[in-house]
This record gives sequence, structure tokens and C-alpha cells, in this order.
Amino acid sequence: MVPLSYYLMLSGILFACGVAGFLIKRNIITIFMSIELMLNGVNLSFVAFAAHWHALAGQVFVFFVMVVAAAEAAVGLAIIIAVYRTRETLNIDQVNLLKL
Amino acid sequence: MSFHLILFLAFGAVCVGGAINLLAQTHPINSALSLIAVMAALAGEYLLLGAEFVAAVQVIVYAGAIMVLFVFVIMLLNAGVEEHTKGSRVAILFGVPGMLIGGVLLAWVLLRHSGTESVAIGALPGPPKEIAQLLFHDFLLPFEVTSVLILIAIMGAVVLASKPPASRTESSPAGKVD
Repeated sequence: MVPLSYYLMLSGILFACGVAGFLIKRNIITIFMSIELMLNGVNLSFVAFAAHWHALAGQVFVFFVMVVAAAEAAVGLAIIIAVYRTRETLNIDQVNLLKL
Repeated sequence: MSFHLILFLAFGAVCVGGAINLLAQTHPINSALSLIAVMAALAGEYLLLGAEFVAAVQVIVYAGAIMVLFVFVIMLLNAGVEEHTKGSRVAILFGVPGMLIGGVLLAWVLLRHSGTESVAIGALPGPPKEIAQLLFHDFLLPFEVTSVLILIAIMGAVVLASKPPASRTESSPAGKVD
């Protein structure tokens, strides 16, 4: 038997690592992966609460989060490809203008 | 120490280790591989919570499809080792203490105020049949809206990633119908 707070702590640790990666990393692809890590942390707390409150709707929400994450990954990676094509760099510090 | 707790700690250790490794690595392909490890371990945690369908979807969609897309783009753009700049040092200086303070506060609140009830192994079995009834009955409208969202995302990805026209002076023939 594992207390609910342990699952929430693990979820919080994953979310905090995602936030830290978002702030620290300079590569635009790694920043994008940090966002995925944050989404995964939130998903874990959804499933833990679903098991705790005996509500299956939490697992359906996880399904929707995954669908939105997939759509976001497709569009985001296309944007990264477009940025790389115009600037030829992936360093976020050199992508500081909206217009060339 | 129950078997359930041992399994939870083992999968949790893989999760946290992979997440920290994602921060520590400088090459994006190493970060992507550690993120795949995190997602696989999270699927184990979902199985411990009895969410079989979510665990299967986590492996297939997240660790499979989405991460393959990431690795594909990393290979395509030939991403190299990232260089540290002044901005990232400032982010480390302020971000790491802020993250530690936030984590300690969160842990204190959770341990202090959340109940001590435990989640049993397989306490709430999430078989695909019941999830499907919920998904196609109670959540039918969000489900259908999601399909439109995916269609828009596909079209947006194709438009964004396609090559821009070679010259602006050429008028596009597709717009004209004579």
C-alpha cells in the first residue's frame, strides 16, 4: 500500500524537473522535451487521484492530455524545423526576433 | 515494507533519475533517450495504480509515437551539443534555488495536509470497456472536438514544415482559376 501523497510527490518532482529544464536548457528541442516531462507529471497526479477517489473520469482526462500533447508535438516540431530553416541555429538565445 | 511500495520506489527512482539525467545531458539525443526511460517507468506506475489502458497508451503513444517524432527531428536537424550562454547561467542561479524552495514547500504541504489513506494495488481497475463507455457516452463531445483538433494540427504541421516558395515574384497558379 502506497500513500497518495507519495504519488503526488513523485508527480511534483517530475513537474519541477520539467520547469527547471525549461528554464536552464538552451536547446529548443530539449526545452520542448521539458514541456512533455511537465505534462507527464500532471498525468501521474491525474491517475493517482482517479484511483484515490474511485473516479474513472481522471483516466479519460489523461487520454485527452495525451491527444493534445501529440497534436502539440506535431505543430511544435514543425515550428522548430521552420525556425532552423530560417536561422540555422537551435540555440534559443539567438532566436530573439520575431522577424528576420 | 510491502511489495507494492518496493515496486513504487523502483519505478519512481527510474523516473526521477531519468528526469535529472534529462537536465544533466548536453546532447539532445541523450535527453530524448532519458525521457523515454521516464515515460516507460511512468507506465509501470500507472500499472501499479491499476490503470491498464492508460499504461498501454503511455507506452504506445508517448514512448512510441511522440518520442520517435522527437528523435526524428533531432536526427533531421543534426542537433549538436548545446553551448552555455550568459542567459543560461542566470537561469541556473535563480532557477535551481527557486525549484528547491518550491519542491520543499510542496512536499511539506502534501505530507502535512493530504490524507494518509493508501492506494491499493489495482484498487480501481481501468479496463478499456469501462473507459470506452465513459469516453463515448459522457465525453462524446470533447472526443469529437479532439478529432477536429488533430486535423487542424496535421494541417498546421504540413503548412509550417513545407518549404517556402522559391521566389515571391512568381504569382501562385493555384489561386487563379481561368
